[in-house]
Amino acid sequence: MQRLLRILRLVQKEFLALLRDKKSRMVLIVPPTVQLLVFSYAATFDLNNISYAVWNEDTGRYSRQLLARFSGSPNFKLAGTITHEQEVAPLMNNRKVLLVIHIRSDFSRNLLSSTPAMVEVLLDGRQSNTAMILLGYVETIVSNYTTEIASERGIPPPIAPITLRAWYNPNLKSRWFIVPGIVGLLTLVVTLLVTALSVAREREEGTFDQLLVTPLTPFDIILGKVLPGFAIGMVEATGIIVLAVLIFHIPLRGSVGALYLGLFLFILSGLGVGLMISSLVSTQQQGLLGAFLFLVPSIILSGFATPIANMPTFIQNLTLLNPLRYFMVILREVFLQGAGVSILLPEYAALLAIGVSALLLAGYFFRRKLG
Amino acid sequence: MAPIPKSHPMADLTSPEALISANGLTKTFPSPRGTLTALDNITFSLKEGSITGLIGPDGAGKTTLMRLLAGLLLPDSGEIRIMGNNPSRDPLSVQGSIGYMPQKFGLYEDLSVQENLDLYADLQGVPRNRRKELYAPLLSMTALSPFGKRLAGQLSGGMKQKLGVACSLVHQPPILLLDEPTVGVDPVSRRELWEILRKLVRESRSTLFVSTSYLDEAERCDEILILYNGKILGSGTPESFRKEVAGHGYRAETPGQSPRIVEPTLSLLPGVVDTVLEGSTIRIVMGGDTPPTFSESLGEIILKSVPPRFEDAFMSRIKKITNATPKLISIDRLYPRQSRNKNNKNGSPYAIEVENLVRDFGSFRAVDNLSFHVRKGEVFGLLGANGAGKTTTFRILSGLLAPTGGKLVVAGENVRRAAAHARQSIGYMAQKFSLYSQLTVFQNLTFYSSAYGLSGTQQKEKIQDSLIFFELEPYRNVSSGILPLGFRQRLALSCALIHEPSILFLDEPTSGVDPNARREFWHIINALATVGVSVLVTTHFMEEAEYCDRLLIMAQGALLAMGSPSEIKEKTKSPRIPDPSLEDAFVSLLSDFKKTQGDQK
Amino acid sequence: MSQPSVHSSLSSKVNRVRALVYKESLQIVRDPSSLAIAFVLPFVLLLIFGYGVSLDASHVPIAIVQDSRTPASEGFIASLRNSRWFTPRPYPDIHDAIDALKRQDVEGILWLRENFGRGIESFHNAPIHVVVDGVDDNTARLVEGYLNNTWQTWLTLRNQRERLASRLPIELQARIWFNPDNRSRDFLIPGLIAVIMTLIGALLTALVIAREWERGTMESLFVTPVSIGEILIGKFIPYFVLGMSGMALSVLMSHFLFEVPLRGSIFALTITSSLFLTSALGMGLLISTAAKNQFVAGQIAIVFTFLPAFILSGFIFDIHSMPSLIQAITHIIPASYFVTILQSVFLAGDIPGVIIPNSVALALFSVFLFALIRRISRKRIE
Repeated sequence: MQRLLRILRLVQKEFLALLRDKKSRMVLIVPPTVQLLVFSYAATFDLNNISYAVWNEDTGRYSRQLLARFSGSPNFKLAGTITHEQEVAPLMNNRKVLLVIHIRSDFSRNLLSSTPAMVEVLLDGRQSNTAMILLGYVETIVSNYTTEIASERGIPPPIAPITLRAWYNPNLKSRWFIVPGIVGLLTLVVTLLVTALSVAREREEGTFDQLLVTPLTPFDIILGKVLPGFAIGMVEATGIIVLAVLIFHIPLRGSVGALYLGLFLFILSGLGVGLMISSLVSTQQQGLLGAFLFLVPSIILSGFATPIANMPTFIQNLTLLNPLRYFMVILREVFLQGAGVSILLPEYAALLAIGVSALLLAGYFFRRKLG
Repeated sequence: MAPIPKSHPMADLTSPEALISANGLTKTFPSPRGTLTALDNITFSLKEGSITGLIGPDGAGKTTLMRLLAGLLLPDSGEIRIMGNNPSRDPLSVQGSIGYMPQKFGLYEDLSVQENLDLYADLQGVPRNRRKELYAPLLSMTALSPFGKRLAGQLSGGMKQKLGVACSLVHQPPILLLDEPTVGVDPVSRRELWEILRKLVRESRSTLFVSTSYLDEAERCDEILILYNGKILGSGTPESFRKEVAGHGYRAETPGQSPRIVEPTLSLLPGVVDTVLEGSTIRIVMGGDTPPTFSESLGEIILKSVPPRFEDAFMSRIKKITNATPKLISIDRLYPRQSRNKNNKNGSPYAIEVENLVRDFGSFRAVDNLSFHVRKGEVFGLLGANGAGKTTTFRILSGLLAPTGGKLVVAGENVRRAAAHARQSIGYMAQKFSLYSQLTVFQNLTFYSSAYGLSGTQQKEKIQDSLIFFELEPYRNVSSGILPLGFRQRLALSCALIHEPSILFLDEPTSGVDPNARREFWHIINALATVGVSVLVTTHFMEEAEYCDRLLIMAQGALLAMGSPSEIKEKTKSPRIPDPSLEDAFVSLLSDFKKTQGDQK
Repeated sequence: MSQPSVHSSLSSKVNRVRALVYKESLQIVRDPSSLAIAFVLPFVLLLIFGYGVSLDASHVPIAIVQDSRTPASEGFIASLRNSRWFTPRPYPDIHDAIDALKRQDVEGILWLRENFGRGIESFHNAPIHVVVDGVDDNTARLVEGYLNNTWQTWLTLRNQRERLASRLPIELQARIWFNPDNRSRDFLIPGLIAVIMTLIGALLTALVIAREWERGTMESLFVTPVSIGEILIGKFIPYFVLGMSGMALSVLMSHFLFEVPLRGSIFALTITSSLFLTSALGMGLLISTAAKNQFVAGQIAIVFTFLPAFILSGFIFDIHSMPSLIQAITHIIPASYFVTILQSVFLAGDIPGVIIPNSVALALFSVFLFALIRRISRKRIE
């Protein structure tokens, strides 16, 4: 009872130290909000307003019809019309356009005479991902038009088209993929910053020694650091989840319980890593560098933006140590796939294992540093 | 940025031959609690070819003044002239003629001694062909010649300080400004530095302006400028200051009674300006020529007249402006009776027992087979040069570091086994007054009292008592980070005492603080000792050492000398120094030790 | 009133700068942390990114469900097996395949219906159903694109083999310039170099000046005849050299380890990198002039330089895809210009129309930053 009260006071002190200072209050509130908004809008693979040029040598009505499909699409923006091949290179090289649509002079004639009519597109491959997505858009427009022509002229559609169904995200919206990921990313940043720097700050101010000479045990002190981190992580994550649902309309299909169980375990492991960094460094600056050095690879290797499956096997094995990797799965499965607790058991187990071992290691390092 | 003041006609008032002069200098800084006046209408001039000491406690405005002179700050108003130039308007031409050493010595720690010198020589435009002849005297004077290749970061504090001086001298400036060169440095190194400065003035007729918070260093200057709360409190030679209080000083012996108990009463007698413990005696300074008179109830007091010193004059002046009388400590309020009884529950007469203590860091033995005992109610000092192992010992005793070997009993508990339990009876106050700067005074007290297990009404009463006792009530809801230094120290002490510990650990508790605040602080410590609290102090600061019942001087991790301040002084009495001060004793003990070490090698 | 000082002559200026540069270089060599930031950081980051970040999938596991086996369906599956994009895994029926998709054993399902063979023979719809996991929209789209591609190629080949006249009214022929294999690594790595250079330039300098303030050495420098400009140049030169070395290391790694083509000239690369590094160093110097302690400087450097360079430079996320407000913001991020330049210089060659305007933007940034630093820094403590 007595002990509980002491720990309670430690937690209270930690909160006061964090929240009484205007600067650290700002650090906890402003960057996550701004980052959520900016990243969510900026981090998308969907393309809009793609500048393209038209090189139309055909004078028939079919080419005009096809091109009208492009100029009518919100994804495309006509940036110029050219008449010679020499004009292509300057436009592409200088990035005036990402796409040139070339229609030969025999296009309409061939269509009428049932000879294959050729549409040639040139794409800027400097951003290969953009090029790939762009090509997909072009293919959709062209094949839709082809089907129309075919039915108009009473012939069956020429190729067996592939009918695609995308589960969970039928319109393939990037935001549905990115925003749940940002929940995990920002939660990690906040929990890590709260813990990785707090012990170092106490060391620099000399209050850590003052704590150690009190009857508080190292366990109490660690608990006193962990609990506020938990509370802050939980509150911030909840805020971000609410924003994700309300502002970005990300469907939350799964059980909130499953999400929060994951969040709880994830924060546990984040705090463990933060405390581990904390126990190894002696200044706030080192703590900052340590947190940074952990954050960057763990974001890259989490599957946040790029799939883990694309990585070489060695790197894939490395990601098994990354708590964010598991939380990404939990977030996306709960948000989009409506997963419940039972499906996510392996992820929970992994997070728990990482969290517990990080906390044990942190405890060990603390004791060794004091020894 | 403050507007540059228009040229003052007053500049003519200052004597033209003065190398440095300042007229009506005022400087303020914005602070969370309104504007802070660091310097308030300062006027002075320095004599050429002499050492002028700028004396004052921390926060008096010393660093601000130094930086103004070096052209690093602009004054709000007033004017400075250095060799006819104004550093506020034309810093470059002033900076060419001054050498300046900032508080942290301004050295590049990852550059070697030689590289630091070369850098400053290059920056000051010292021609390469003249360097050899310039370096030679600098290096021999500072005894750094053998260490040319060593990185500055690996030098001891004393050597860093000498290198800092050497670097500020590479371009042979006629004026040298040193900002607290001796802070955090042991007395031996401090003495060596003063010898270097003396030599500099003697041989090259340089003009030195040295700031310090150590009052005893004032005696080593030619001229003194006292700065107190941003105002000049006096100036003159040490001699002139001493003359003011000649015949006012006495040394009282109180046979049969602890001077600790008598001293607070003496300090309140009419006419008494200052009382200070010096080992087993009390130094008394009177406001005039009349000796103090004692009532019978005080018991036997033997009074001897003593020669005046600078500190007496300093205290007399401060007393005139502050008018504060030290309160009589009612320790019963702070330390209720039960805690006294608690201290005596086990039979041992000792609070701390150390036997054959050893601590290794890798292959380096920081503490080497140290044994000593601290009695209950004793004030025990741990002294030593930088790196002698006293900080390590201190940290082991307070439970922050585990010993490699030896037996250690603190408050009747074997620290190696029952650390958490032993901590309940320990109070600890670090040098930096470790408090949560974002938390208010009240929140700090609440937190520490809870950490020691206080709760409910008991806790509320205890906090209220502490606020009243340490006169912190008006600051109750102020963040501790922006408290004035003296109040920060009080708060740190009240946090360390909140659980009524039977042993108190203090690390340079009053270094740099206002002498008035230091006296108040020691009154409290003395009162604690009289009710049976044991106090362990580690310090570089001889005035603090004088408050101790017994001292332990360490060298290279081992015990060099132990005894009361008088016994230690007695040990080093010689025909050359018939009445050694504690610092004399300390320095001579250490130099003897070094000699025997050298002989052994 | 001030005597014409010897300190203002050019040779003494040069001497002082040389001394500062020498001092800084010694500190860099002796302090492993700055060497680590300059060399180990790019090395590790390039390795992690180079191997870890790839947007194009290869050997995507895909479930195959055949309602009936026909030569045509077997032929199509064989062509899938031969493509580097897919690893087909047969499942006996659609329910098993759906379970596999849910377990994320496969990224998609290719379902060849009962009438697959007949459908092709008769040029009717050959019912191919594709189900993908849409959570990762990018991968989903890639799988769709790859499948379409394979399907069309197979169909064309089959038609040629069987000497069937193609009855397609319109054929689409796509050519991807600059990166015909469409390897995402080739565009990610040049962008990554820009991010790393931002980190080296800004973080390193932001910390070193703040360090001088913390250790009190700035105060001693200020009382020497050194001018603010000289101190800045003394900081700039060594870190410029260090940054360019880090750049060289990154370029070598990307070319030889990750086999990114370098179609432009080393000359253009050097000039543009110098300009970018100047602006990155300028940002670092600005941050540390404003924030006089390492902790704050480090935080600002990460929040205001590294993260924007990461998200808003067009390095992973195409600026074209962003809302116009955010596109406007990218204009004040030097890294976005450098990413554009690097992607062109590596993949397309020296294209004046890309290099010149973006270089001018970088140069303007540098000038602006240094003018600002010069304006706000005083040789005073306040």
